[in-house]
Amino acid sequence: MSVQEVLPLGGLPSAQSGQFRADHLLVAEMVKPGSKVLDVGCGEGDLLQLLETRGIDGRGIELSREGVNRCVAKGLAVVQGDADTDLVNYPDDAFDYVILSQTLQATRQPRVVLENLLRIGRRAIVSFPNFGFWKMRLQLLIGGHMPRTENLPATWYDTANIHFCTIKDFVQLCDEINVKMERSVALDLYGRPVPLNLPWWVWNMFGEQAVFLLSRGGGK
Amino acid sequence: MVGVKSVPSPAISADERSHEVDHPSSKVAQFGIEQPLRLDCGVDLTPFQIAYQTYGELNADRSNAVLICHALTGDQHVANVHPVTGKPGWWETLVGPGRPIDPKHYFIICSNVIGGCMGSTGPASINPATGKVWGLDFPVITIPDMVRAQAMLIDRLGIDTLFAVVGGSMGGMQVLQWTAAYPGRVFSALAIACATRHSAQNIAFHELGRQAVMADPDWQGGGYADHGIHPHRGLAVARMAAHITYLSDAALHRKFGRRMQDRELPTFSFDADFQVESYLRYQGSSFVERFDANSYLYLTRAMDYFDIAADHGGALAKAFAGIQTRFCVVSFTSDWLFPTSESRALVHALNASSARVSFAEIETDRGHDAFLLDVPEFFDISRAFLQSAGKARGLTLKDR
Repeated sequence: MSVQEVLPLGGLPSAQSGQFRADHLLVAEMVKPGSKVLDVGCGEGDLLQLLETRGIDGRGIELSREGVNRCVAKGLAVVQGDADTDLVNYPDDAFDYVILSQTLQATRQPRVVLENLLRIGRRAIVSFPNFGFWKMRLQLLIGGHMPRTENLPATWYDTANIHFCTIKDFVQLCDEINVKMERSVALDLYGRPVPLNLPWWVWNMFGEQAVFLLSRGGGK
Repeated sequence: MVGVKSVPSPAISADERSHEVDHPSSKVAQFGIEQPLRLDCGVDLTPFQIAYQTYGELNADRSNAVLICHALTGDQHVANVHPVTGKPGWWETLVGPGRPIDPKHYFIICSNVIGGCMGSTGPASINPATGKVWGLDFPVITIPDMVRAQAMLIDRLGIDTLFAVVGGSMGGMQVLQWTAAYPGRVFSALAIACATRHSAQNIAFHELGRQAVMADPDWQGGGYADHGIHPHRGLAVARMAAHITYLSDAALHRKFGRRMQDRELPTFSFDADFQVESYLRYQGSSFVERFDANSYLYLTRAMDYFDIAADHGGALAKAFAGIQTRFCVVSFTSDWLFPTSESRALVHALNASSARVSFAEIETDRGHDAFLLDVPEFFDISRAFLQSAGKARGLTLKDR
C-alpha cells in the first residue's frame, strides 16, 4: 500500500500524485487548503507546486541560488535565504504553517530554527531522515563506518547534514522546548507509513524518515 | 608638446537635441493649471507635460497595463527606434514581440520622467512664465515626484490598477515608490538592480558627475541654453565616470584588457592608446548628443534623495505594511552600484510585511549594466513571474 492510497489528496488527480515524493504528499495532506505556508529549504519548488494545486498560498526560502532561480522561473514566490540566519526577519504568526522538509539536519542550530518555525507559523511541519533507522544502525554496528543510504548518499566529509538525529531525539527536543506534536508519521524504506498502533521504538527502528505536525505547547 | 585630444564634439547639434524637449516624437499628455504637479520641494509645477510611448492594446477590463520605468539616462523609447540616435529601443531585450513583456499580451506604457529631456517637462523645457529655458530655475524633483506624475498619466489613460510596474536601477526605485505610494494600484512589481535608498558611495559618484558638468565653462551657471551652447565636455566626463560604475572589473578586463587601440605601441601621449579609453570617450561623446546637462544634474539629485524608509519613520517594513502586490526582486552578482545586499534588505522588509515576494540573484560578470543586456536567466524569471501574476490576475494571454 502506497502513501497515495493511504492519504487521498483532495483536488489532486491520482494519476498526478505519482510524480510527487512520498513525504511531500504526506506534508501536503497535513496542510488545510486555503492556508498560507512558508516552505523553508524549498529546493526546486516541488512541494510548493504540489501545495499550489491545493489552492494553498505558498512561499519559499532556499539556500542555493540555482534552486531559487528555478523556483522563480516556475512562477513561485521564493527568495534566496538561510534558515539559520534569515528566519528572524519574519514577524510572529505570519503563516498558518511553516514547513521544514528534510532540512533540519543541515541547519547549524536546529533548536533555534525549530523555535523560529513555531514563532512565524501557528503550526510547523518538520520532516527529517531518521538516523535510528535499522539500516543506519547496522552500517555503524557491523560495517563500522558512517551510514550512507540511497536518500543520504553523501560521505561524512562532504555531507551538508551536520546535525543528524533519531525520531527519539527529536521527540525529546520537542518536549524540552514545549512543542506539541499534533500528528507524527514515520515512513519506511518504501515511503509507506509505519502502522500507528506500534510503539515508539518500532518507529525509531523502522522509520526511514519521519514527518511531524507541530504546534505551540500550552506552557509548562 | 605632448599630444592630446579631448573628447570629440557631438555630431548632433544642440538644436537637434533640444527639438525633442519641446516637440517630442511621442504621445504627449498636457496638464494645465487646473492639474498642477505637487512637488516634494513644495512647488506646484504647472503647466507641465509628459511624453510617453505605448505598445499593444488595453484590454476590455483595463487589467493588462504594464508601466515600464526608465533608468537615469533612459527615456520613453523603450522598444522603438530612438528618434535622435537611430538606435534600437533601450530595453528591446525584455520588451517587444516574443519577449517577456510582449505587446501581444500587455498594454505597455513608458513615459519620460519629469525632469527628463525627451519631452516631459524638465530643466531643458521652456518656462512658460519667462518664455526662456528653465535651466536652474526648474524646481528640484524627487523619485516620488516622478511617480506622482506617472500616476496622473495613468489616470489620464483611464487605468485604475496597473498589472505590473517594471524597472531597473532608477526605474527600479520608481517601481518601489509606486508600491509604497499606491499599493492598491500595482498588482505586481518587478524591481531590478535597485535599492530602497541611494548609498553614500552612489551619492559620491553622482556628485563627481555633477561637478564635472559644473566645471565646464560652457555650463555658464546652468544658463548655457541662453547662449546657444552646451557643456558637452563636462557632461561627457560625467558619463564616462558613471559608465565605469555600470560595468565591473571582470567585464572591463574581458572586453578590453590592456589592448591597444589601432596601434601596436604606446604613443607616449595622452591620446586614447588603450581600447578602454577609446570606448569611454565614445560613451561620453555619444551620450551628450542625446542628453541635456542640467537634466543630468536634476535626475542624479532625485536619485540621491531617494530613501523609502526615511519617508516612513525609518522603518522600511512600514512602507510595505499589509501590501497585496506580488513582488519579484532581481539582482546581479557583479553589480557593485546596486549590490545584492541592497536587494536582500528590501526582501527582508517585504518578508517582514508578509508580502508575496520572489528574489533571484543572477550570476554574471557584466555588472550593473547586466539588466539591459542579453541575460537569458533574467528573461526566464521575468517571463515566469509575469505569467504567474497574469494567472492570478485572470489575464488570458493570447497564443503566439
